[in-house]
Amino acid sequence: MIPELGHFALIIAFAISIVQSIVPLIGAAKNDSAMISMARPAALVQFLFVGLAYAALTHAFIVHDFSVLYVSKHSNLVQPLMYRISGVWGSHEGSLLLWTLILSIWTIAVAVYSKNLPEILMARVLAVMAMISTGFLMFMLFTSNPFERIFPAPLDGNELNPLLQDPGLILHPPMLYMGYVGFSVAFAFAVAALLGGKLDATWARWSRPWTTIAWSFLTFGIALGSWWAYNELGWGGWWFWDPVENASFMPWLVGTALIHSLASTEKRGVFKSWTVLLAILAFSLSLLGTFIVRSGVLVSVHAFATDPARGVFILAFLIVVIGGSLGLYAWRSATVVSYGRFTWFSRETALLLNNIIFLTAAAAVFVGTMYPLVVDAFGIGKISVGRPYFDTMFSFIAIPLLLLLGVGPAVRWKGDNTSRIAKVTISFFIFSLVVGLLLPFLIEDKLNIATGLGYAGALWVALTTLKELFDRISKKLKLSLSYIGMVVAHLGIAVFVVGVTTTVTYSEEKDLRMVPGSSYNISGYEFRFQGVRKVNGPNYIADEAVIEVWHGEEKSGELLPQKRIYSGKSNPMTDASIDKTLFRDLYAALGEELGGGAWSMRVYYKPMIRWIWLGTLFMTFGGILAVSDKRYRQKAKKKSTQPLAATGNA
Amino acid sequence: MNKIISSLILAVVLLFSVPAFAAPIETFKFDSPETEKVFHKLSEELRCLVCQNQNIAESNADLAKDLRLQIYTMLQKGQTEDEIVAFMVERYGDYVLYRPPFKPMTWLLWLGPLMIFVLGVFFAFRFMKSQSSVSQPESLSEEEIERVKSLHADMKAEQGDK
Amino acid sequence: METTKPTLLRRLMPLIIFAVLVIFLAVGLTLNPREVPSPLIGKPAPEFELPLLLQDGSFSNKDLIGHVTLVNVWASWCFACRQEHEVVKQLSRQGVRIIGLNYKDDADDAKQWLAKLGNPYQAIAADRDGRIAIDWGVYGAPETFLIDQQGIIRHKVIGPLSDQEKFDALMAVMQTLKK
Repeated sequence: MIPELGHFALIIAFAISIVQSIVPLIGAAKNDSAMISMARPAALVQFLFVGLAYAALTHAFIVHDFSVLYVSKHSNLVQPLMYRISGVWGSHEGSLLLWTLILSIWTIAVAVYSKNLPEILMARVLAVMAMISTGFLMFMLFTSNPFERIFPAPLDGNELNPLLQDPGLILHPPMLYMGYVGFSVAFAFAVAALLGGKLDATWARWSRPWTTIAWSFLTFGIALGSWWAYNELGWGGWWFWDPVENASFMPWLVGTALIHSLASTEKRGVFKSWTVLLAILAFSLSLLGTFIVRSGVLVSVHAFATDPARGVFILAFLIVVIGGSLGLYAWRSATVVSYGRFTWFSRETALLLNNIIFLTAAAAVFVGTMYPLVVDAFGIGKISVGRPYFDTMFSFIAIPLLLLLGVGPAVRWKGDNTSRIAKVTISFFIFSLVVGLLLPFLIEDKLNIATGLGYAGALWVALTTLKELFDRISKKLKLSLSYIGMVVAHLGIAVFVVGVTTTVTYSEEKDLRMVPGSSYNISGYEFRFQGVRKVNGPNYIADEAVIEVWHGEEKSGELLPQKRIYSGKSNPMTDASIDKTLFRDLYAALGEELGGGAWSMRVYYKPMIRWIWLGTLFMTFGGILAVSDKRYRQKAKKKSTQPLAATGNA
Repeated sequence: MNKIISSLILAVVLLFSVPAFAAPIETFKFDSPETEKVFHKLSEELRCLVCQNQNIAESNADLAKDLRLQIYTMLQKGQTEDEIVAFMVERYGDYVLYRPPFKPMTWLLWLGPLMIFVLGVFFAFRFMKSQSSVSQPESLSEEEIERVKSLHADMKAEQGDK
Repeated sequence: METTKPTLLRRLMPLIIFAVLVIFLAVGLTLNPREVPSPLIGKPAPEFELPLLLQDGSFSNKDLIGHVTLVNVWASWCFACRQEHEVVKQLSRQGVRIIGLNYKDDADDAKQWLAKLGNPYQAIAADRDGRIAIDWGVYGAPETFLIDQQGIIRHKVIGPLSDQEKFDALMAVMQTLKK
């Protein structure tokens, strides 16, 4: 009964969504306040029904209702409760429902926190978001119904893919979706502004906090995925440039350009049509991501059960949403004119360069991901584009980016003179370069230019960022949260670069054949294999190896890698064991029994790898700080909601 | 009908070939650390053809195992990295390489991002030039007038709850 | 970004780029990104010599010359091989020379499989460890190679021959050889 209620709730949500897409838009065009005022209630009701549907599916999972096909495919009787709850978004249909739920959450958030928006703009924004929701609801109702029944109901289901039975993976998709879907707000604002034919600094000020929050979520979501892969997959890798990963990275790159471009538009009224285009692009890439994951057009380890038929539907949806918004852009962007002026040496120029760098980065990921498809489509062969390509591209892109990071934030808006900051900047540059290049020499007695440049870049960013901070403190200038957020995020990049540089250069790994009692040395750590024992888990049995790690005379830890056999599957799964500190990871993965008590195993030494995710945490936190700035909160205190003379004209 | 059956069978086969996700660990003995490094590098840059986008270092598939053994054997015989890569490409085509070769078919791939960057900088340059040739207005720009208006309106709203 | 009005082309550019992308994505939906074409087409069959499965003696690439031949890669553990076996048997009855390449299989399992399902092969070479299959660019079973009279590989079918489209493509190439 409840699954049918859930299905019915979706149908109602779909109907409301259609109303919410059309009525407020017409109201906005005609300045009809009755129609405009339907937007907020519609958003609320839609959220309630989507929420109901989501609750119904979750309920089906919790009570083991295997008569629901989706539940029977992704859950079984021994599955722990938290993985029954997270199993809801473990595959195609359920994840679409999560997407739609999160979209409705963002929509009512905009509805609630938009009291200071001109009503016409608000109506348009909510209508655009409803259009997207309509598309997803249609997709579910016509091709991917999560509530489809199976008759006769099996007595037990198939367990959720063991890979997904991990705490990190519970949080990863919701966080990602909060990011992807959150960019729909900036998108809606952009489309609304184009429709209204007016785009000013206040538009940028409204869009900015939404975009920054979405960006923070996306940063965190991507970082979670990387962290999970490292902890779970047993290969010591943290990023694979898989098409689905790239599908999340492209919106992030464009989103980063967007938040910086929004800052310029808000502060100085420049780059308006670029900002609008970036807002459209960021969300478009999010949608493109859903296509890549679900259509089977690109080969990926992450792909859901792929289906070209579903791909056709998503493609049609893309054509409507992206084609429509880009068409609108072509038609209306001429009305969006920027009046700001700036000289060659100014913050605006730096941010312009920033846009170019991040767009180039997004283009590199895009070209690399799509190239095999293009080559195949032309019938000229089949190629693969993998890690070596992307790593090479990004090593090059990092150079102008890091250079810019050290100079840009210190330069004034509108126009600055180089002599003001030249001396300090140049001395920091030389200092960073020298120390950076020296470090590999000190670590390993070997010259390593690439590594040295990495360290130099990180040091340069850190020094210049902190210098600016100290200057402001010493001049007793007020430090807004917005500024502090920027400092933290930029320092996050330096931390990230240190992590990547160190781990890529100085990691060590070894595949071993070990018998109990034998040991192996890596980088001063001795791995002593004690033996393997049997261990029981809630829905698996495992072989667990005991490896003591000694550092000199001291025992620094114990590694317990497991090979698990889950209830539903006959294929074993690795659970790697990691001894982690801020400065290094020691990692072991168990292989196979080789006979005579010997086992194969792999041990790793990974220096500074935690700094990679620490850096992303800094960035996430920086975004949150920036959004907490009181100028955004001030707006919430205002009671007035009526549009004022100068703004919001259709 | 046949097509449906074959795709179903393919689906079933793929379902069961969902990777074992136990780290594929080989206990090869190498002549030198350098050879071991080359082995790892090659395993990471060659693609597992039966997998969903994995290199042969990370895949548990039988074919991946066979290919790792092949690489090891060739390295033991003293063959170079280039020779081993050529061996693989001869049999499986460019698809097996995760590092796409640099040839006319891939010029756009390898040079594309650079071209985009150069293009971007070029347009930025042109924009900056056209901007600086327009003289600064003496009075407030339209943008600034707008802002004054909206600030003024905000102030009014603060005073009276209209 | 513009102080002057951007041209129509400039404003249409993002949409144009998107349209091109859509075309590629649409074409992509019709392609199979996992299928790997063989670089060996047009090249002579790789040199090899393998023991026969059912008799004493061996089979080598030299034995492929003089006759249009199909080399069919199969194994008893291969699900889809079972599916295509009827087609293979039929081809054999029609007089096509088919050589089996038993891929990474246990000899007894293979013999049992043939006993149960029938043996359409003129000869079966046993590639126990799959080493020779690597030389042929084999990456799964079943696969079928078409060799002409000169011993040159002319076509490769990836997957079971029971797939009508692939079967027809193979037949088309085979026709050209008979002339």
